Amino acid sequence: MNSIQKLFQRKDKNLLSIYFTCGFPELDNTTKVISELEKSGVDFIEVGLPYSDPLADGPTIQDSSQKALQNGINLDIVFEQLMSIKSSNNTPLVLMGYLNQMLKYGEDKFCQKVIDCGIDTVIIPDLPMVEFENHYQQLFDKYGITNVFLITPHTSEERIKKIDSYTKAFIYVVASASITGAKGEISTQQIAYFERIKAMNLKSKLIVGFGISDKQTFTTACSYANGAIIGSAFIKNLGKTGVNKIDNFITPIIS
Amino acid sequence: MKSKFQPDKNGYFGQFGGAFIPELLYPNVKELEDNYIQIIESDEFQKEYKSLLKDYVGRPTPLYFAKSLSQKYGAHIYLKREDLNHTGAHKVNNTVGQILIAKKLGKTKIIAETGAGQHGVATATVCALMGLECTVFMGEIDIERQAPNVARMKMLGAKVVAATSGSKTLKDATNEAIRYWIQNPETFYLIGSVVGPHPHPDMVARLQAIISEEMKWQLKEKTGKENPDTIIACVGGGSNAAGAFYHYMEDEEVELVAVEAAGLGVNSGESAATSQLGEVGIIHGSKTILMQDEYGQIVEPYSISAGLDYPGVGPLHAYLYESKRATFLNATDKEALAAAYELTKIEGIIPALETAHALAVLPKMDLKENQVVVINLSGRGDKDLETYIKYLEK
Repeated sequence: MNSIQKLFQRKDKNLLSIYFTCGFPELDNTTKVISELEKSGVDFIEVGLPYSDPLADGPTIQDSSQKALQNGINLDIVFEQLMSIKSSNNTPLVLMGYLNQMLKYGEDKFCQKVIDCGIDTVIIPDLPMVEFENHYQQLFDKYGITNVFLITPHTSEERIKKIDSYTKAFIYVVASASITGAKGEISTQQIAYFERIKAMNLKSKLIVGFGISDKQTFTTACSYANGAIIGSAFIKNLGKTGVNKIDNFITPIIS
Repeated sequence: MKSKFQPDKNGYFGQFGGAFIPELLYPNVKELEDNYIQIIESDEFQKEYKSLLKDYVGRPTPLYFAKSLSQKYGAHIYLKREDLNHTGAHKVNNTVGQILIAKKLGKTKIIAETGAGQHGVATATVCALMGLECTVFMGEIDIERQAPNVARMKMLGAKVVAATSGSKTLKDATNEAIRYWIQNPETFYLIGSVVGPHPHPDMVARLQAIISEEMKWQLKEKTGKENPDTIIACVGGGSNAAGAFYHYMEDEEVELVAVEAAGLGVNSGESAATSQLGEVGIIHGSKTILMQDEYGQIVEPYSISAGLDYPGVGPLHAYLYESKRATFLNATDKEALAAAYELTKIEGIIPALETAHALAVLPKMDLKENQVVVINLSGRGDKDLETYIKYLEK
């Protein structure tokens, strides 16, 4: 059983996940952000690997990634940081990065490091299903890593069913046809899409992300899924208030 | 018979290609993949495409025997005059074709990226012709250095959106176009080069293939043989080179020379010579050769030429490089400028800065007396006058 499945055994409603960018706002903030998120009651954490060309991300995550790279972050430093909190952290971590980062680092070396850091779940938004089937499924299985697939309002039912069969952690339900970033509220069109997915009775747990920013959008998303992910809104807040007031952002959402 | 230079069912040329796209783009890319070959090979498309190329674009473009250049370099040098196309470059071959495909697929909104502005102008032009809405993404730096093309796009009714992320050049314009596409999946992404996720590289290569298709009969007329000894073309993403090489890739006797932009020098840290500086990686949805650091972060390239200022290269070219089917040379800013001046002086043709890189390798090549060389003169230099004038003053 992977770390996310274990989490779902304890709790499978209203799960809050937070995405943050490693090395932002300061290079050495990674461990502090994780421990503060854990203290404030976040259920699992998406650890973002800053990338120079994050195609699926909106301006907030792009900017935080650029800042982190300017701060000197790189994969080796990220793995060191994650290793240093491995024994003290009890909140499941999910690694999110782009395929080229893994490719260049060396696929096997990357997977080994991920596992060494106590992480077993990854999200790679530009890893398409056909490449997963042809190569990465086998690679990940070898290391006991599970891949999270994204579905969108335009993903066909047939494809969703296939994704459901591959899923061992959760399905990432992209809330709208968009890149990451806050949109304000959830439209009736989006609700219809959430309802459609819910009605499919998939075996996998569903976590909604992209455009979730506050208590209201979080609560709405959670009524159709097992939980939701907040990214850009958290990063924006982190950029403004720094790492010491993280619970001020989290508490109003989960209380 | 399937050529090894055509992509396999997953869009690979050897180990290069594929479609590394976020799930949101999957339906769009799949729709195109399922339809593009059938559309391109249909009589209806061919008739309309060829008719527009003839009467609107002005094809066939001449194959001009450059007497003075030939004398100077001691070979038979022909220039394939893509600069004489409507809008001033080879780019329009592709945009005319893709706009017909977009229409066939029922798309009404077109987006494009552009570096030098040539593809942006060619896209804005066909959108004006067809009455379709056009948005062009262009790096902030390129907007400055290619001002005349920005003005042309605007006059043609296109909206020009500045890409302000990263290096603010072609790579970032492409990122922004893809992000917009993700958010507006009803739009048709009219990509300008043989880059991007499958089937875009193959589609664009097929639409640019008209260049080598004409070269074959033109050479036959002029030299008695369809095949030249050597074809030279500049490569940024690689669309003009793909077009000039296309019908000759299987003929191993034809030497293919791709010329990349070396900027201030291949090892100066300010360069765009991807094959020399790159390693296997993923950019804009395609596995190819890519300029990147040890952690896979994409390196910002540099070239005086906005059209060659790209850290990757199309997957077909990565394959031509790896399989050694094509020879990859490069030219610095300085060499390209000198070559542009030379062609202007002795042949009375002002080439685009991109094209000037292809011309700039002539002095470096060991040319034989009877060697038939075709240089793909991909574009004209009107858009680069400001740069040329600056250089002239020095």
